[in-house]
Amino acid sequence: MDLFKMFSKSDNSKDIAKERLKLVLIHDRANVSPQFLEMIKSEIIGVISDYMEIDEAGLEIKLTRTKRDVDDTSVPALVANIPIKKMKDNGKF
Amino acid sequence: MGEVIVITSGKGGVGKTTTTANIGTGFSLEGKSTVLVDADIGLRNLDVVMGLENRIVYDLVDVVDGVCRLRQALIKDKRYSNLYLLPAAQTKDKNAVTPQQMQELTSELAKEFDYVIVDCPAGIEQGFKNAIAGANKAIVVTTPEVSAVRDADRIIGLLEANGLRNPQLVINRLRVDMVKRGDMMNIDDMIDILAIELLGVVPDDEHIIVSTNRGEPAVTNNDSIAGQAYRNIVKRILGEDVPFMNLESDQGFMSKLAKMFGFGKKK
Repeated sequence: MDLFKMFSKSDNSKDIAKERLKLVLIHDRANVSPQFLEMIKSEIIGVISDYMEIDEAGLEIKLTRTKRDVDDTSVPALVANIPIKKMKDNGKF
Repeated sequence: MGEVIVITSGKGGVGKTTTTANIGTGFSLEGKSTVLVDADIGLRNLDVVMGLENRIVYDLVDVVDGVCRLRQALIKDKRYSNLYLLPAAQTKDKNAVTPQQMQELTSELAKEFDYVIVDCPAGIEQGFKNAIAGANKAIVVTTPEVSAVRDADRIIGLLEANGLRNPQLVINRLRVDMVKRGDMMNIDDMIDILAIELLGVVPDDEHIIVSTNRGEPAVTNNDSIAGQAYRNIVKRILGEDVPFMNLESDQGFMSKLAKMFGFGKKK
């Protein structure tokens, strides 16, 4: 059984359920709406665009969970993935 | 002074009323004086699950409105010792009672009974607020489905915000065959997500339907695996250290053989 599992990635429906639940609960618990995330996203774009050219379409921002280094408890984290096209000169001194 | 326990879930249809009936009857079997309070005003059902629907004269709203005394509204279940039901009103709505009134009512009952078990309605509105108002302990019922677990998580947050710390979890209608094929979240998955203490796991069991048909809680049936699960839950609430049931009993011949020789999966 485990041999089979090694070759195929898990497609058990319960794993899908668990993953979906974890994500939806992060939003439920933090009381964060998608609109709220959009607001953060556009402000981040605004700030970073002063210093570098970024791929706005490829920008991804989400709430997830991460383990705290100090005691391994799970805490919510805001993760942003911002692809940079190129640096702007006016950001340099 | 007795303990007031609210049975809640957020989502409807996960087995709050069945759990209330079984835990309450289980307390009575353990010799504890117990009163079941149906807080689902307008949609009462604890009376039919308990098989006491024909004996209702007064209800909870009558007591609160002063139409009758508390004693008069309590229905004694003659099959068991020291088990009573305070039925909900069927024709009123949730706003017929306030949290303040519920608090007074349950504390009055707690003076006379070892356990006051409150069956909470589904939802998070007035009925929920009423049901939890007088409770000093909460049990959250869920099933291994995304919608039920999500609602349970919300309820846990609301309970804690209302001062009911450390609610305990009952996982209802677990299907061992589906868990084994990876098509149902297992106990660890749900504890991992909800991060609360597990009180018990009730396997999916046809006896529950049959016993509800008859109006006799499954906890009294020694052949029912769900009944056994409820008996264990009652013992755990009473402070006994009861191990969780081995739900692998329907396993195949080979794994049984393996277990006999000590090669069994650890769990």
